[in-house]
Amino acid sequence: MQPVIEVSGVRKAYGKTVAVADASFTVQQGEIFGLIGPNGAGKTTTMECIEGLRKPDAGTIAVLGLDPYRQVYQLQERIGVQLQQAQLQKRIKVWEAVDLWASLYGTKTVDATRLLDQLGLTDKRNAWFMNLSGGQKQRLFIALALINDPEVVFLDELTTGLDPQARHAIWDLVRGIRERGKTVFLTTHLMEEAERLCDRVAIMEHGRIIDIDTPERMVRRHCPERAVVLDTEDAGAEEQFRKIAGVEQVERAGRRFTIRGQGEDLVTEVIHCLSENRIRVTDFRTILPTLEDVFLKLTGRSIRE
Amino acid sequence: MMLRGLGKLTWIEIKVFLREPMGAFGSIGIPVLLYVVLGRIVGSKPAAPAFSASGFSVAHLPVLIALLISVNTVLSLVTIISIYREGGILKRLRATPLRPVTILTTHVIVKLLLTAVTLALMFLVGKRYPGMSGQVPWFSFGVALLICTFSILSIGFVIASIVPTARFAQPMGAVILYPMFALSGLFVPLALFPPVLQFVAHLLPVTYAVSLLEGIWQGDGWMAHASDVGALLVSFVVFTAISARVFRWE
Repeated sequence: MQPVIEVSGVRKAYGKTVAVADASFTVQQGEIFGLIGPNGAGKTTTMECIEGLRKPDAGTIAVLGLDPYRQVYQLQERIGVQLQQAQLQKRIKVWEAVDLWASLYGTKTVDATRLLDQLGLTDKRNAWFMNLSGGQKQRLFIALALINDPEVVFLDELTTGLDPQARHAIWDLVRGIRERGKTVFLTTHLMEEAERLCDRVAIMEHGRIIDIDTPERMVRRHCPERAVVLDTEDAGAEEQFRKIAGVEQVERAGRRFTIRGQGEDLVTEVIHCLSENRIRVTDFRTILPTLEDVFLKLTGRSIRE
Repeated sequence: MMLRGLGKLTWIEIKVFLREPMGAFGSIGIPVLLYVVLGRIVGSKPAAPAFSASGFSVAHLPVLIALLISVNTVLSLVTIISIYREGGILKRLRATPLRPVTILTTHVIVKLLLTAVTLALMFLVGKRYPGMSGQVPWFSFGVALLICTFSILSIGFVIASIVPTARFAQPMGAVILYPMFALSGLFVPLALFPPVLQFVAHLLPVTYAVSLLEGIWQGDGWMAHASDVGALLVSFVVFTAISARVFRWE
């Protein structure tokens, strides 16, 4: 099947600052694709090139078979865009914004009343933009991005600055978009968001894509480390733990043990050891690596801006 | 369609403007009040020495006020474009099938409507003043003012294109536009300037605006001011071309 988005060898510099050095990837129909990376990695620039808002210095982009820069008006009929840090007129009402957006598209638009209802904005129809909360503003921007029933939806740093409730509500909305067969392209620097939401992620660093995969496979490939944390009063336990296959390190703090090792079998082996030696534990949990660990491993731990 | 969304966007912009606490009063009320106050002062003392010495008389008042309104229009346009750019509103609108020209046209229309309303009110309240009651060619004067406003507006777009932040938009616009008034011949006849300043004055569109507006107000025909109209149109084309090249959306 023809990919919905095809990016090949894209480069974009602002003066001497190279924002995107070399980006290539494809996005398939019906998936949620996440572009993740530290601040300043070039995510937004890449996205804006794909949306047709910027012209790449080199490389080619095709979205729904269109050249986003040359055929921007044709493309904008078929995509929905939510921009990072966008604003509307302070005193525009919610329904006026939706009504205006609906009038801009020549193609079919979705029913505005239903859309506002789905996004929980019905009560706020007559509220001014400036009086909405951060979460409400984001939901309004999602509504505007969906008004033309787009085939591809672009979401840039969708939940940055939102509280957990609003964030979870918006994640549900994005999954709902995918369930209607749309393709979603998003950027985020929240690894939890990428892990929970995305079918595939691309990690970007210094303007380059350094890896692309599903979150699970990425974790498995880059971070085979596992750890089991358990509490036991058993005096001989430590010795037994060290004998487990694959264990590399056993730390002890009072009656709390942290058993570190590699491979998917580590947890099974620990459980096996506990039952074989009849070690009584009062607490037991595993620490599995997350996308965040992969991210830190691949992009380093130094703070940047 | 080229200007799809123009009608709806214009209507929304008018509503948004009227919702601003100082919007209607600041843009319409203050110029009209200023006119009433100035009209009383100048009109009641036709031979006030301070004014007659500088060549300023009641005949200049309508022209001065009209130009002030026109500059006010331009400054508010510069400001709103800067605010929209800084807030990312322009960028958000650009990520739709809305054409850039539609967005800018909308703001020009809103501002021109505002100017028209202000002028109409002014003429209504000013009918009683001496010099206002006679056979003044309202329609021609309105058309002349429209031409002048477009010309000054094009300078406004250049300013809007280059100001870094919204905070600087209004003061920078004022600093660029108001000195043009001093050289325009409105307060001091051009012939009294040294040659260098006369030369500079003839490069500024406001000078031609003053000449055109004064002439039309006093009943001159359009043919007598063809060169003024020509100069204003040339400056409109030049400045529009410049702003089209240097305009930034974000």
